[in-house]
Amino acid sequence: MNKLTMALAGNPNAGKTTLFNALTGARQHVGNYPGVTVERKEGAYQRGDFNAVVVDLPGTYSLTAYSEEEVVARDFLANEKPAVVINIVDAANLERNLYLTCQLLELKIPLVVALNMMDVASDRGMEIDVENLSAFLGVPVLPIVARSGKGLDELMAAAQEMAEGRLSPPDPAKVRISYGDDVDQALLTMTRLIRDQGLLKGKYPSRWIAVKIIENDEALIKEVNEDSLELGIRLLQEADIVAAHLMKTFDTYPEAVIADHRYGFIKGILKRGIITHRYDENRLYTSDKIDRVLTNRFAGPLIMLAVLYSIYQITFSFSTLPVAGVEAVFGWIGGLVEANLGDGPLKSMLVSGVIGGVGGVLGFVPLIMLMFFCIAILEDSGYLARVAFMMDRVFRMFGLHGSSVMAFIVSGGIAGGCAVPGVMATRTLRSPKERMATLLTVPFMNCGAKVPILALLIGAFFAQHQAFYMFGFTILSWIVALVAAKLLRLTVLRGEPTPFVMELPPYRFPTFNGLMIHTWERTWQYIKKAGTVILAISILLWAMMTYPGLSPEKEAVFVQERDRIATLYEVGNETGDKLLQEVDNQQEGAVLRNSFAGRIGVGMEKVTWLSGFEWRTNIALLGGFAAKEVIISTLGTAYSMGETDPEDAGSLGDRLAADSAWSPLVAMSALIFMLFYAPCFVTVVCIAREAGSWNWAFFSIIYSTTIAFILSTGVYQVGRILGF
Amino acid sequence: METISLRRMAKNQRGTITAVRVAGDLGRRIRDMGLVTGTVITVQGRAPLNDPVALRIRGNTLTLRNNEADFIEVEVEN
Ligand SMILES: Nc1nc2c(ncn2[C@@H]2O[C@H](COP(=O)(O)OP(=O)(O)OP(=O)(O)O)[C@@H](O)[C@H]2O)c(=O)[nH]1
Ligand SMILES: [Mg+2]
Repeated sequence: MNKLTMALAGNPNAGKTTLFNALTGARQHVGNYPGVTVERKEGAYQRGDFNAVVVDLPGTYSLTAYSEEEVVARDFLANEKPAVVINIVDAANLERNLYLTCQLLELKIPLVVALNMMDVASDRGMEIDVENLSAFLGVPVLPIVARSGKGLDELMAAAQEMAEGRLSPPDPAKVRISYGDDVDQALLTMTRLIRDQGLLKGKYPSRWIAVKIIENDEALIKEVNEDSLELGIRLLQEADIVAAHLMKTFDTYPEAVIADHRYGFIKGILKRGIITHRYDENRLYTSDKIDRVLTNRFAGPLIMLAVLYSIYQITFSFSTLPVAGVEAVFGWIGGLVEANLGDGPLKSMLVSGVIGGVGGVLGFVPLIMLMFFCIAILEDSGYLARVAFMMDRVFRMFGLHGSSVMAFIVSGGIAGGCAVPGVMATRTLRSPKERMATLLTVPFMNCGAKVPILALLIGAFFAQHQAFYMFGFTILSWIVALVAAKLLRLTVLRGEPTPFVMELPPYRFPTFNGLMIHTWERTWQYIKKAGTVILAISILLWAMMTYPGLSPEKEAVFVQERDRIATLYEVGNETGDKLLQEVDNQQEGAVLRNSFAGRIGVGMEKVTWLSGFEWRTNIALLGGFAAKEVIISTLGTAYSMGETDPEDAGSLGDRLAADSAWSPLVAMSALIFMLFYAPCFVTVVCIAREAGSWNWAFFSIIYSTTIAFILSTGVYQVGRILGF
Repeated sequence: METISLRRMAKNQRGTITAVRVAGDLGRRIRDMGLVTGTVITVQGRAPLNDPVALRIRGNTLTLRNNEADFIEVEVEN
């Protein structure tokens, strides 16, 4: 049997996904800000022996689509003809939510209204006369609390009846909204024309088409013209006549008249005793009182900084132990392999490539989890929308949007984030240009993998002013990101800023379940990447740094040297062991220089000498493209230290400080390059996916590397002239 | 009674929208969000740099930028 489709439609943030999860047992992303769901999701629903497919749609304020994800919702409703549409309506914001309901009614699709957030409404002292509302709208209206599951049974019983055709769809006579004499007259003429010629028959009701044409809905007008250009022109003429008339007599637009009348219709219904307020209607709700403090013009930004800073504090202080724990586990596994496998390529690959590479990345899992947990709290409570509100002005100066802020913070705006979820967070941006600009600049932030690099080099070369340099580099990364965004918006991504008409949802207590879903969903993505991409790259990198190995003659030199030391000292003698270790290190260095990676590194010196980097640094930079964590472990190997633990880089720091190829000026130049050059491989893959093309991903690599190179060369050359 | 642009309203001031003078996408967005003629709004506050502005409308909060607020005319009591 063909399964029936039930679609969930409604305003953004009305609770569609919460209901979807409750019905299907899915674990889709729920968040307390508008526009969380950006693509449609399907799930199976069963009730007794009734089976259906439930479709969760992106939220939409109106059927005249405004942004891309709203088009998804509208196209689905119009083209796929679901057996029933469950319209989720926020009871605490009834008037605005019914605006969409009116349009769904005009579309004459089988409709059931789910009056959600009844708990919020009753907290606010609102009582809603559900039966009368249902009578006025001409469709079933069922009160629910999607979050607790209250009322779902009754709702789904009604939805099933409607889907199976046992309830009649909306009665058009009952809900015919009058748009005033002038518009109504034009609608009458147009509807007749449409009906007579069977325009888009079976797809939309005739009157609905007429209304949309007068509303100047471009997508629909295009559809009409494709069906019949002649009639389309005729209809547009009619629409132009009313428009001109309205402008002349009332100084207003037809779409304004239509919106006014729709809201008038809703007000007319609600006035008839549908809502009773137990308290004064203008009373401030708890949420408003919280906002008085949190978005206060003076206290607001300070609190925001404090909140962001404490996230940083919490993640770093609480994750130190677990991170060390995970690393100990990998160290132990490495030790096991070391002890139980014979020397050879397999062992070397497992220890340096697999365990070193993947383990280094997985070591950050506890930190990442904690960070995502904190961000989930911000997201589910509704604070995020406030951050966007407060930061919009600053971001707009640089061609970005208030909603870009979160992507920046997730990526490491306070140091210690990750650009991968940051890049994904750009989905909430409505304008493709602003979104691209955000997408391309968030990788400049100091992600968790760059923090150890900063710690290493600052510790080695600028030890007296560590905090100052750390802070300075954080600020620098913001400046570079914002300026780069501005440049992009002035060149390849030129375009007008998009409006910031946004609702601030009421603060809500995050649910435990919701927090867990968020944290786990994102952490799992990170782990999955470590197990796939990073694993592959680590092995590749290991091979490139190991092969082709030394020629037999060169190898023989080291063997001779070892033999010489062995004859001079007894086994177990301290000086002898030290010397032997030294020879091992030298041999590793020689292997490295002769390896494919080493040769590439030497070749790169032709360009990188401008910034002051020598071949060993170049290898690390190449490795860092796979994952920034790799920079430290590669530097460690390259500077003859054997295995270097990324967390405990102190001794590597000493080595670098003593090395003739390094100086404070080189360190400064290297840091700048490492912070800003090409995003790591995983981020690039994400950029390609989110931007929808690999061209943007390549662009991202090239432009950021160019910026990094210019900056570091500038610093190095000017520094040299000034005599540093 | 006096009609001013929404941008010029002070914090906590109340008024009734008398016109939304913008067509196209932005106009539609503004109206879809419930800012239509006859709606009573109160300015709840402004962001730290004076822009955007937060409005209380029918018990809920809506934000928009000053250059979007310019299109909205409001009748306020002096
Ligand atoms: N108090 C209360 N909160 C709810 C209820 N249903 C949903 N919420 C909360 O409302 C917020 C929005 O829920 P979502 O399910 O993400 O809303 P949505 O309609 O899918 O939103 P978009 O995907 O952005 O269109 C979340 O914080 C939910 O926890 C309810 O019945 N009562
Ligand atoms: Mg959703």
